[in-house]
Amino acid sequence: MALIKLAVLFLAASVCLCSKHKSEKVPKLVNSQYGSLWPLPQSAQISVSAFQLSRSSFQIVHAPKSSAGPRCYLLGEAFRRYFEYTFGYSKRLNKDRKQSGAGTEVSELQVLITSSEPQCDGFPSVSSDESYQLTVDQPTAVLTAPEVWGALRGLETFSQLVYKDEYGTLHINKSEIKDFPRFNHRGILLDSSRHFLPLKVILANLDAMAMNKYNVFHWHIVDDQSFPYQSSLFPELSKEGSYHPYTHVYTPADVKMVIEYARMRGIRVISEFDTPGHTQSWGLGQKGLLTPCYSGEKPSGTFGPVNPILNSTYDFMTQFFKEVSSVFPDAYIHLGGDEVDFSCWKSNPDIQKFMEQQGFGTDYSKLESYYIQRILDIVTGTKKGYMIWQEVFDNGVKLKPDTVVEVWMGNALEEELHNVTSAGYTTILSAPWYLDYISYGQDWQKYYKVEPLSFKGTDAQKKLVIGGEACLWGEFVDATNLTPRLWPRASAVAERLWSHKDVRDTDDAYSRLSQHRCRMVQRGIPAEPLFVGHCDYEYRGL
Amino acid sequence: MLKNRAASCNAPLVSESFLGDVLQLSCAALLLLAIVPPAQGVWPLPQSLSSSAERYPLSPREFNFLYGKGSAVQPGCTVLDTAFKRYFRITFSGYSGGKPLTVNKQPGCVSPDGLWCGSAPLAALVVNVHKGGCDGFPDLNSREDYKLSIADGLGSLSAVSVWGALRGLETFSQLVYQDQEGTYYINKTDVVDFPRFPHRGLLLDTSRHYLPVRSILETLDAMAYNKFNVFHWHIVDDPSFPYQSPTFPNLSSMGAFHPQTHIYTMSDVKQVIEHARLWGIRVIPEFDTPGHTQSWGKGQPGLLTACYKGSVPSGTFGPVNPMLNTSYQFMSMLFNEISSVFPDSYLHLGGDEVNFACWKSNPDIQQFMKKMGFGTDYRKLESFYIENLVRIVTALNKNSLVWQEVFDNAVKVPADTVVHVWKGNKEQYSQEMSSVTAGGFKVLLSAPWYLNVINYGQDWMEAYKVEPLGFNGTAEQKKLVMGGEACMWGEYVDATNLTPRLWPRAGAVGERLWSDEAQTSNLDTAYDRLAEFRCRLLRRGIRAQPLFVGYCDHEYERI
Repeated sequence: MALIKLAVLFLAASVCLCSKHKSEKVPKLVNSQYGSLWPLPQSAQISVSAFQLSRSSFQIVHAPKSSAGPRCYLLGEAFRRYFEYTFGYSKRLNKDRKQSGAGTEVSELQVLITSSEPQCDGFPSVSSDESYQLTVDQPTAVLTAPEVWGALRGLETFSQLVYKDEYGTLHINKSEIKDFPRFNHRGILLDSSRHFLPLKVILANLDAMAMNKYNVFHWHIVDDQSFPYQSSLFPELSKEGSYHPYTHVYTPADVKMVIEYARMRGIRVISEFDTPGHTQSWGLGQKGLLTPCYSGEKPSGTFGPVNPILNSTYDFMTQFFKEVSSVFPDAYIHLGGDEVDFSCWKSNPDIQKFMEQQGFGTDYSKLESYYIQRILDIVTGTKKGYMIWQEVFDNGVKLKPDTVVEVWMGNALEEELHNVTSAGYTTILSAPWYLDYISYGQDWQKYYKVEPLSFKGTDAQKKLVIGGEACLWGEFVDATNLTPRLWPRASAVAERLWSHKDVRDTDDAYSRLSQHRCRMVQRGIPAEPLFVGHCDYEYRGL
Repeated sequence: MLKNRAASCNAPLVSESFLGDVLQLSCAALLLLAIVPPAQGVWPLPQSLSSSAERYPLSPREFNFLYGKGSAVQPGCTVLDTAFKRYFRITFSGYSGGKPLTVNKQPGCVSPDGLWCGSAPLAALVVNVHKGGCDGFPDLNSREDYKLSIADGLGSLSAVSVWGALRGLETFSQLVYQDQEGTYYINKTDVVDFPRFPHRGLLLDTSRHYLPVRSILETLDAMAYNKFNVFHWHIVDDPSFPYQSPTFPNLSSMGAFHPQTHIYTMSDVKQVIEHARLWGIRVIPEFDTPGHTQSWGKGQPGLLTACYKGSVPSGTFGPVNPMLNTSYQFMSMLFNEISSVFPDSYLHLGGDEVNFACWKSNPDIQQFMKKMGFGTDYRKLESFYIENLVRIVTALNKNSLVWQEVFDNAVKVPADTVVHVWKGNKEQYSQEMSSVTAGGFKVLLSAPWYLNVINYGQDWMEAYKVEPLGFNGTAEQKKLVMGGEACMWGEYVDATNLTPRLWPRAGAVGERLWSDEAQTSNLDTAYDRLAEFRCRLLRRGIRAQPLFVGYCDHEYERI
């Protein structure tokens, strides 16, 4: 049994517990007129007349005029999934909202795809159309969407409209929903390097993401601690760099499965291969890649960031990113570029000489820029766009206009957003949504109240904010606690990124989110409670 | 460096100064990796353990737990029969009946690392218990000490009582490890062990969220792995009343979240008590009054005080109505039932956080105060109630545990009442421990161990560093410290997140209450053992969360 140990141990907080059951501001439990809808659609009219649904007669089908048909496996799978969700979980909307007589029944949900290219076999992208329209009436409800991506979102909404009365009968109210996302990039970052995440955990969280209308899985797949990505070209990377070369790796088949599972749910998979820092584990399987650090005049035996002065480095990166760009179909790769520690570079005499040759003086951020520039060129050569952490922008590296800058530093957040967008780059926001930082109480409210566009800037600048990501870094998280720690806290972020900016009523949100979390529990996701209370069906997956 | 923590090198999100400190530390530190050798640690650390490099293989096909010839308990002893079965499975977790044991039989063969490679297998662990008694319940005075010796291919475990034997079996199971080839080994080892404190408890709250029986049973398993011996069952409270009382069935049918799915039936309760007994764990129920009783009022009209708004009842209710005889008649009947359902000699009576506002608003109470000569000191009214309740419980031959307010409010309670300290920071709870013990009362510590309060980082260390005897007091006073309890209040906890939130954090408390203080003051070595132990917990199916970056050979594979 091998374990990794950190030499520096944490100091933890000492907490004053001034009361056994801290009284804190708990939102009122109101009965939302929107039932359990989460995230809230852009426009929802829910009438008081209710129809019944019967497990034996209800069907989800392709509309006759739909451009997608039985060969659209993505929708076929989704129909089955949402049928099961719909007849599995249901929660009463509101006692007095039901005025139906017997015999009024919704027996069919027709799904109508209107675009001539429904995208059944495609991959979702940043410009995918996720809009949909849902008309619930009897005997037929109709879900209309230009592309399958919107249909997936609409199916989720439909399943959330269904509720059970006290006799166990399923009902859905006559409704009219028009919906589209506020932001196109709504992501979750999971870190499979600091702790390995078994495939099952990743897949379950893709399910949960779809329930929350997330559409990007940002896979922080490798880092200092381990290299679980099994490369076909460089198998030594995971053989030497993973926690265990068989049990703690993602084989090409695993990666394919994640990508396909995500695609079926309208979720992009953006892989992050962070360099030149955060690469300790790379060095184990790729000798000569990292910079040897010096202690005085001799190599100390430790290694720093990727060695930016060697051609061999760029040869390796060219081949490696060629592989990555064919394995991951998304148009973007995340290249990291954060937190480069210069002390090792500074200690190395060859690097010092190179700095001199290049005329960098002692400004090591120029060396970093030099490296990043070349990596960006390499990736551009693979026809991929790239995402980078904000330091790359801050250090003045020349970027392609379509680069996405991810803002993660909480200090001077608004200023950073202002700067990035005024330079004309698209950006996504993750600074306020580091969900690995846990605290006591209802911290979902804090995530919920964030307004991504509150920085100073023109309308054109604000349009450059294409979304955000909730990040669950892996220092203290593995399969044992990931899912309850992520949900429903990430749901708060999901609504902020999907719904209209004026949807900010925490009481109403609390009511809907409590029900939504019970629905996730019912669907097998161990989403933790928001506060005191219960679900009709408690978690059984012990 | 780690992105998200180095994040705070630039101090984003997090303004708490402690985090700042932590982050600076980690910003300055390089990542140092060290491999921990296998099976070096037992958690919690035994009082005395010596081992050598000599090791014996164990064959799952041949190994046996046996009763010693002279043992006072023999086959048919429910506690040990069950324990043998459990510990066989635990000791050889991962064993599927496959590969036979291969031992290098060449005489004199010494492996490069100096270990004997030709040692005879350890064929059995022979268990000797000196005092009979397999059908009883553990109690505060149970002997949990044991001796364990593994030498010359012989394993022997001796203990005064079966409860001590259980602790020894746990230690034995933690000493067994597998090498790369999958062969099980145990090193030559001598252990002499006993608990530092007799009361090592864990509180679960089944009122704020209902915990399915399976969650409770699983927690009892994990408690035994950590040598906890008291399950403090905070079974009812304001939000819900899941305990199904045969005498007062309305309490749960009206007061539970749901009268069928969110209750503990008598058979559930009995199952919990028996499961706990088989692990040597006491079950102490808490029926907290007079506050924390909103859910009681639903099924027992007239029990709670009606609050007034001006001169009319407001429709809301406060604590139990302390001036009515019917209140005491009810309590007497309920506690009569409880004391026969729960075999432990202690009941926890609560008595914390009584809000006086409602009492003050009620004109009948005001009159009663006058009549009793309490003036406007509502603590006197509270005391009046508690004293009556304690009288009821004493008449049922039970001892009482109470939260510290009962002592603070100078309630007259019997001398053997245990006061449970839960309030304040280190200075405050130390002061309280001093006062309580100076008053001659036994005491339990929980204040620093509210594990429901979570923080970013390795907060197990704070729990670990607590010194329960660190208060000012005489040796006599310190003897009054029975131990402590880790508390997992239920505001934010249910079956979805209970287990990872509890373990291995509660393990820190487990070791503090069992092990010798001087031998367990080093956080680094504790980290190594605890990290290894949490991987063992995973192997046993307990969803224990990681301490920090790293991995286990066998990760948790479920959702």
